Amino acid sequence: MEALTAIVIGVLTAAAVYLMLARNFMRFLFGLVLLSNAANLTIFASGRMTKGAPALVPYGEDAPIGVVGNALPQALVLTAIVIGFGLLAFTLALAFEGYRRMKSVDTDEMRFAEPKEDATK
Amino acid sequence: MSWVLVMPIAVPFLTAVVAFLARSYPAGRWISLAGSVLSLVASAVLMAAVLDQGVIAGQMSNWDAPFGITLVADYLAAVMVVITAITGLATAIYALGEIPEETEALGFYALFQTLIAGVTGAFLTGDLFNLYVWFEVMLIASFSLLVIGGGKDRLDAGIKYVALNLVSTLIFLAGIGLLYGVTGTLNMADMREAVANAENQGLITVIAMMFMVGFGVKAAVFPLFFWLPASYHTPYFAISAVFAGLLTKVGVYALMRMFTLVFVGDVGFTHEILIWVSVLTMFTGVIGAAAQTDFRKILSFHIISQIGYMTLGLALYTPLALMGGVFYLVHHIIVKANLFFVAGLAKQYAGDTDLNRIGGLYKSAPLLAALFIIPAFSLAGFPPLSGFWAKYLIVKAAIELDAWFVAFVSLLVGLLTIFSMTKIWGMAFWKPHPEGYDPTPDRAPPKVTRAMITPIAALAAMTIVIGFYPEPFVQFAETAAMQLMDPTDYVTTVLGVQP
Repeated sequence: MEALTAIVIGVLTAAAVYLMLARNFMRFLFGLVLLSNAANLTIFASGRMTKGAPALVPYGEDAPIGVVGNALPQALVLTAIVIGFGLLAFTLALAFEGYRRMKSVDTDEMRFAEPKEDATK
Repeated sequence: MSWVLVMPIAVPFLTAVVAFLARSYPAGRWISLAGSVLSLVASAVLMAAVLDQGVIAGQMSNWDAPFGITLVADYLAAVMVVITAITGLATAIYALGEIPEETEALGFYALFQTLIAGVTGAFLTGDLFNLYVWFEVMLIASFSLLVIGGGKDRLDAGIKYVALNLVSTLIFLAGIGLLYGVTGTLNMADMREAVANAENQGLITVIAMMFMVGFGVKAAVFPLFFWLPASYHTPYFAISAVFAGLLTKVGVYALMRMFTLVFVGDVGFTHEILIWVSVLTMFTGVIGAAAQTDFRKILSFHIISQIGYMTLGLALYTPLALMGGVFYLVHHIIVKANLFFVAGLAKQYAGDTDLNRIGGLYKSAPLLAALFIIPAFSLAGFPPLSGFWAKYLIVKAAIELDAWFVAFVSLLVGLLTIFSMTKIWGMAFWKPHPEGYDPTPDRAPPKVTRAMITPIAALAAMTIVIGFYPEPFVQFAETAAMQLMDPTDYVTTVLGVQP
């Protein structure tokens, strides 16, 4: 299971890097989504994958009984997903507003804050 | 005990909520100002507690370390919290003059206070995943602040800033995941032991490099700084000042924390890389600045070159060098924020920030000229201003290690900094205005000018005070460096504290 997850993370990262190298900002964003999922899976796999029950404490006990899954990475991944989702929503809105004002999603043409490549000043 | 630690974070958060509710009324800005004053009080209380008791730690919700989230303040964290509150207050005053009402109505002050809360949280947390969360709080607030008020250039700058910062955050997050996989803990104090005992030290070094890249982007070190000069010259001056002062320093602080507390197993490898990164950062930053003719773009590139000095203090990894790094960190936040404030007022008077299109400021605004000279020469490292002592400590540490080349580059960069500062002086203040009129302070209402010049004068006064009475500050930095070099206090306080 770990090996399979590792391969999935690798493929996701490779696809993400490929997409992020594009000049099109939307492709970059999709790459970012994949990369964020790769990071989340990394955390999840780091918590060791066990064939256990959910980490629930039965009523009247102090600790879970038997082998249970590691709950911490799940909490971390959940937090990371929520944060990532918020940031992505913001970035999409930003990209849309940028497209509306600058009439382009090509990063080579988005040169309003910095001088253009060919111009010296 | 934990209240002392929580208040500097809670006050700006609560202020943000109230300021958001009052965003459409003039009261909003006064609420923000009052909140900033309260933050300063809260951080002063924290500083007093740290000076009194040494390292202090608090466990949130009474979950004992290493299971719960720990807040911890040693000397370095405490001084960073205080300086954040000072910068926050200065910016809150400056914003009264600069920020137009329609931007206020968009929730400017709420975002600004959230940013301060995020920065403070990042300084105080003792938990690695919590650090990630504070980074995100800080980032989302900074994204919004960067693009607030609209305009093509701001959106363009915002897109680049957002994209590169998100990538760095993901590298940092993946690094946290892997480090958790190796050590089984997220508490930074607990991690020190776990990392030292880890079987696979090679993997630890790989993870250390992921952290170096992740934090390196935030700190804007050599090959990773491109987002900074692409974005810092576009937002409101109050915002670029607080960004310039605080945001990159959070990256430097995180580097200092992780590479003195956790990743110390292979200093010969990791810190050697940092030395060369620092040298290149110093040099490329200052050369980049020499090519610019815009007030804020010059200052932006100088942030990069100055970051090099701070990371150099960490990279040399001796008590003296770290002491210089800590001193530099504090000095730089004051000076850099102040220079951006000056740039804002210069635009207010002369109408632009492009040095080719302004001039004559010395004649019509001698007070502003005097107030520019102080941080500018402090930045370049002129005695007796604060920058001199900061550079002196770093260069001395380099020489003690026989790192002659590094010392040479540090001094050369200081010289080139003077070049840029005299360029600004010559073009903005000395030469006559190209359009032939005298830039007059009455272009802006006196209320605006007063609000903008007060923080400039106050920060300049602090620069002078640190310059003339460096002794207490140097001693403080020395203790902070001692705590970084030998974090036994930090570790025992965090792991042994009873809530």
